[in-house]
Amino acid sequence: MYSYSDFDEGFVRTRVAQFIGQVTRRLDGSLTEEEFRPLRLMNGLYLQLHAYMLRVAIPYGTLSPHQMRQLAMIADTYDKGYGHFTTRQNIQFNWPKLPDVPAILGALADVEMHAIQTSGNCVRNVTADHFAGAAADEIEDPRPYAELLRQWSMDHPEFQFLPRKFKIAITGSPHDRAVTRAHDIGLRMVRNSDGIAGFEVIVGGGLGRTPMLGHVVRQFLPIPDLLPYVEAVLSVYNTLGRRDNKYKARIKITVHETGAQEITRMIEERFVETRAQFGGADQALLDDIRAAFAPPAFRNGDTSAYDTAYAADGAFRAWADTNLSKHRAGGYAIVTVSLKAHGDTPGDATGEQMRILADLAETFGHSDLRISHEQNVILPHVHKSDLPAVYAALKAAGLATANIGLLSDIIACPGMDYCSLATARSIPVAQELAMHFKALDLEHDIGPIKLKISGCINACGHHHVGHIGILGLDRAGVENYQITLGGDGSELAAIGEKIGPGFAYDQVTPAIERLLRAYIALRQEAGESFINAYRRLGPAPFKAALYGEGDHLDAA
Amino acid sequence: MSRSYTPKVVTANDLRLGDVVYLTHSGQWSRLHHEAALYSAEDAANAALASAASQSLIVVGAYLADAKAGPLGPEPVHFREVFRTRGPSNYAHGKQVDLHEPAKVA
Repeated sequence: MYSYSDFDEGFVRTRVAQFIGQVTRRLDGSLTEEEFRPLRLMNGLYLQLHAYMLRVAIPYGTLSPHQMRQLAMIADTYDKGYGHFTTRQNIQFNWPKLPDVPAILGALADVEMHAIQTSGNCVRNVTADHFAGAAADEIEDPRPYAELLRQWSMDHPEFQFLPRKFKIAITGSPHDRAVTRAHDIGLRMVRNSDGIAGFEVIVGGGLGRTPMLGHVVRQFLPIPDLLPYVEAVLSVYNTLGRRDNKYKARIKITVHETGAQEITRMIEERFVETRAQFGGADQALLDDIRAAFAPPAFRNGDTSAYDTAYAADGAFRAWADTNLSKHRAGGYAIVTVSLKAHGDTPGDATGEQMRILADLAETFGHSDLRISHEQNVILPHVHKSDLPAVYAALKAAGLATANIGLLSDIIACPGMDYCSLATARSIPVAQELAMHFKALDLEHDIGPIKLKISGCINACGHHHVGHIGILGLDRAGVENYQITLGGDGSELAAIGEKIGPGFAYDQVTPAIERLLRAYIALRQEAGESFINAYRRLGPAPFKAALYGEGDHLDAA
Repeated sequence: MSRSYTPKVVTANDLRLGDVVYLTHSGQWSRLHHEAALYSAEDAANAALASAASQSLIVVGAYLADAKAGPLGPEPVHFREVFRTRGPSNYAHGKQVDLHEPAKVA
């Protein structure tokens, strides 16, 4: 993986030194909170409901075992023994004390990590397919381009005060695991008619208050044009974006108000200028970065140990069926480690679990770890013969939950248990749903489904692109949950439809059970997934099921 | 003429720890909601908030929150403020354990 250059190292160390001084001056009164607040936010430090929260970037979701162990150390030393992995491939520490934060940033810098640009109106952590470099369907590993974008966007003087925050996602695979159509810029690797790889460029997607899918502004962008083209997009947005109204400031609104055709024209016009300014240094840099992402030395080995365990051990088989994905290299598998044990908090890992994952990656996984936007941890390169040992170690650590892609593999934002923006809780709703369907023993029967929960309209829980989306709101001082159906975050991206009035906190689980029992009754055969049945039948029968017991309605 | 005014407490977060605090009658900060001063008049509430906001070496983000009188002292009205009196619902963290006393639930 990529290692910091002297420039990266110097930049991050300088920022840590600056922040030490800023915290000292805040605590001695030299800085007011108004002066300090933007400085702490530039270093990822938020104030939430019960405590400060430090948001640390995990660039394109890639971590080394060494870095994961340092996150564990921070969790144990400065927090309450755990960290929360987010839908933007960040990790959040929920209980840091202000005087400790400079030391935490120093500890992060020791392992080439930081919390810079995890807040503010700048280019945020560039996210990527969590199976990058491993997926069987991949055109090319997208992470060298994500790293190039990271270096370009880090402290870019022109883009530190954009109209609003800016999120870029990239995938190298036709199957979109990075939700590219719901980002400010989505980059999908494609091949042109000559078989050459490049990017489809999607602009103006986003969730939040006004969910929109992005528009394709370039069907094929040659790889050498990546930075000048992205810079042209940012440049046009920086000029046109609505700084007068926070709720209209994201590029999705700029695209919507300007028109996809006109904004495409403006981007192309600006691109002529930006391309002339790039003298090829970016391509030389890209060559160096590519070398850092060379595939590991995959081994050829006998996989009969896997076949034997698969045949003999039902629990291993259930886990293998849900948590393994096809790898590009023969004899290998991609392991998704669920951070969704039934009843636990989605996306949380204890310091001890982080250390075990680091050890497993080192021993069995070519020292590579990924964090998915679905709040799980990936061991991207595991030889099949090692899977029984990996499974046994995960099981002992409470990390062998066999539920990837099933109902209890829920995305949930922190909600009002932590977040100061939230309007309702998310986590306990996810916990109850997972426990309820486990007790019913229904989730394997229900099959693949994406259930996503947000605790406010900002939609960190991606509820708009959940097959079932749940949005927590405050209706006249009471938690109320709106349900959307039919959303999709994949290459078939769709924004879910709001189905009707919301449900009271204690009525969400019964409503979802009615909905899913109706799906089981309506599907053509066990192989028709919830989303396919919904697409075939439309919302009517599902709406009828949701509201089947009218006396539970909360007419919000 | 005086309008009806929902009583308020002044609340903030501790500058160093981030913990939720409430302004008391003596002008000190308490970790306990029921020790807060309850202001039934808008002018008094605003004056208390201004005084709190000036204590920037102790607290951050002071604001007025709706509250009501209870047997032990002021109680929160909105569920968000109830959560702030005890901590998150997914772990036994925050005030619900740090204060070594049962959380008050409105």
